[in-house]
Amino acid sequence: MTLPKEYLEYPMRRYGMDQDIYEWSILFKRPKAKWPNGARVALWITTDLEFFPLDHPTKPFKAPGGMVTPYPDLRHFTTRDYGNRVGIQRIWKVLDKHKIKSSVAMNSKVAERYPYLVKKINERGDEIIAMGVDQGKLHYGGMDDAVEAAQVKESVETLRKLSGQPVAGWLSPAKSESWKTLKHVKANGIDYVCDWVADDMPFELNAPDGAGKLWAMPHSSEISDRKIIIDNKHSEDEFIEQIKDQFTGLYKESAKHGGRIMSIALTPYVTGLHYRIKYLDQALGWLMKQKHVWPATGAEILAAFKSQ
Amino acid sequence: MKPDLELYDYWPYEKRPKIEWPNGAKVAFWVAPNIEFYEINPPINPKRNPWPRPFPDVNLYSNRDYGNRVGHWRMMEVMDKYNVRGSISLSVALIEHHPEIIKECVDRNWEFFSHGIYNTRYSYEMNEAQERAIMEDSIETVQKATGQRIVGWLAPALTHTERTMDLLAEYQFLYTCDLFQDDQPQPVNVKSGRLISMPYSLEINDIIVYNSYLATPRRYGQMIKDQFDQLYEEGKESGTVMCIPLHAYAVGHPHRMAAFEEALDYITSKEGVWVTTAREIAEYYFENYYDTCAADIAARKGG
Repeated sequence: MTLPKEYLEYPMRRYGMDQDIYEWSILFKRPKAKWPNGARVALWITTDLEFFPLDHPTKPFKAPGGMVTPYPDLRHFTTRDYGNRVGIQRIWKVLDKHKIKSSVAMNSKVAERYPYLVKKINERGDEIIAMGVDQGKLHYGGMDDAVEAAQVKESVETLRKLSGQPVAGWLSPAKSESWKTLKHVKANGIDYVCDWVADDMPFELNAPDGAGKLWAMPHSSEISDRKIIIDNKHSEDEFIEQIKDQFTGLYKESAKHGGRIMSIALTPYVTGLHYRIKYLDQALGWLMKQKHVWPATGAEILAAFKSQ
Repeated sequence: MKPDLELYDYWPYEKRPKIEWPNGAKVAFWVAPNIEFYEINPPINPKRNPWPRPFPDVNLYSNRDYGNRVGHWRMMEVMDKYNVRGSISLSVALIEHHPEIIKECVDRNWEFFSHGIYNTRYSYEMNEAQERAIMEDSIETVQKATGQRIVGWLAPALTHTERTMDLLAEYQFLYTCDLFQDDQPQPVNVKSGRLISMPYSLEINDIIVYNSYLATPRRYGQMIKDQFDQLYEEGKESGTVMCIPLHAYAVGHPHRMAAFEEALDYITSKEGVWVTTAREIAEYYFENYYDTCAADIAARKGG
């Protein structure tokens, strides 16, 4: 066997990126961002509210958190649902204690199934980010374009209708996109997406087929309970330590390079557990004691960024 | 396929000719930032798919790109602080994509070696002409952009063929980072010319530590210090080599920088450490120890 000659041809070997979705840009060479009231770090807490169907497809891949055992996997189904019933209340209590506004990434199916959660989010003044229909309905390269268009529309329209919120943000289930996802979310009035983790600050994306521009917000895949506690199996103390180190690094950098964004991605069935919630309280207590911290929603942070 | 490519001979880790690094140093210490480019839509190699998800794997693609946009600059700042020059394992096409990074490294007199053209193009199933082509492309492209004739190789994504080492020697590379059998450099058996294996690491490599061992940043810092202490002790008997391979998309996150910085501070504050580049280690070894070591290996063959 040998490789075809195309394997050593490089049509996109050129200055900048090998795609036209976003431009090459060095974080440390950009103008300094400024946050309201002289804040140096914008603290962006996001919590996922997800519905994992018992009968979810396994192709092309399974979203993290999806069912594991043969059908019916009541064990994982109910474990995930625990987050939507119990865990999220514990997280909200801690956020209230520290007066932190947050963003909630939500499957539209969750809003339909549990109107209580939507009402509660609105009362709190939190922002809803559309997270597709449910965790079984992924967006991926090669999917049918009409199916994807319908999924995006269903998600965004349902969440807007049930919440009355403008819903400007999008987070794809499993942070997975097709080549056309950006076009579909843009067509539905979405202003920013959370799937691209190439930066610590917002950057512009070009939706394909000339569909216009939107923003990538730096939603962390690193400072995330799913990554640190579930995937890496680190302890709660080690989770806090990494949160503190992240903040310290960003804070230090902000002196010279301008405002930074610290994203913490939470999952109610992970951080909202009884034996774990007090560590979130400790971490947020520590963060809110630091100087120049601005807790805000994704839309607020992006608005401040764009106004400069 | 063969059971063993016999790229080197068995050579017990005791009673070897004593290596002394310049100024009596016990450890030759080098840092290898992998500066890589991963393509969003590469052609598929039948032996390995570059992305776990259907293309575009936007989450992982952008995770890799974080290294170039963000992480590299933090890593470079810390290395500057401790006067550590990098020996760059380079996806050669990055010269075209991100010349700003290349310029910063040239300005610092860092060394470049080849890590293939892209880290999404693998050597598996390449015929000889194709493997020659990526070596020639690497030599010419880096020479043109930096003035350096590269002398080191780390196969793209560590993908090899049976002939890789022979070709490297033929193209007058001095060292390969692809072999992990030892903590000292040593001769590689090649058809013609000379080549040595340069200790790199798949242990305190940030990707292995963070993605396979799933270590915390603090533990990573401790592992680096522990490895250094052991090699320093053994280096009194005969000089050792320690390399920290890095990937800015892993080490370059804010929550990971402090532990790395502490480790660099620890190592560079010790006496008897030669803080250097892979090229300088290789040149010194060829000048002073290659023949002695080759003779010792031959004399001890079979016991």
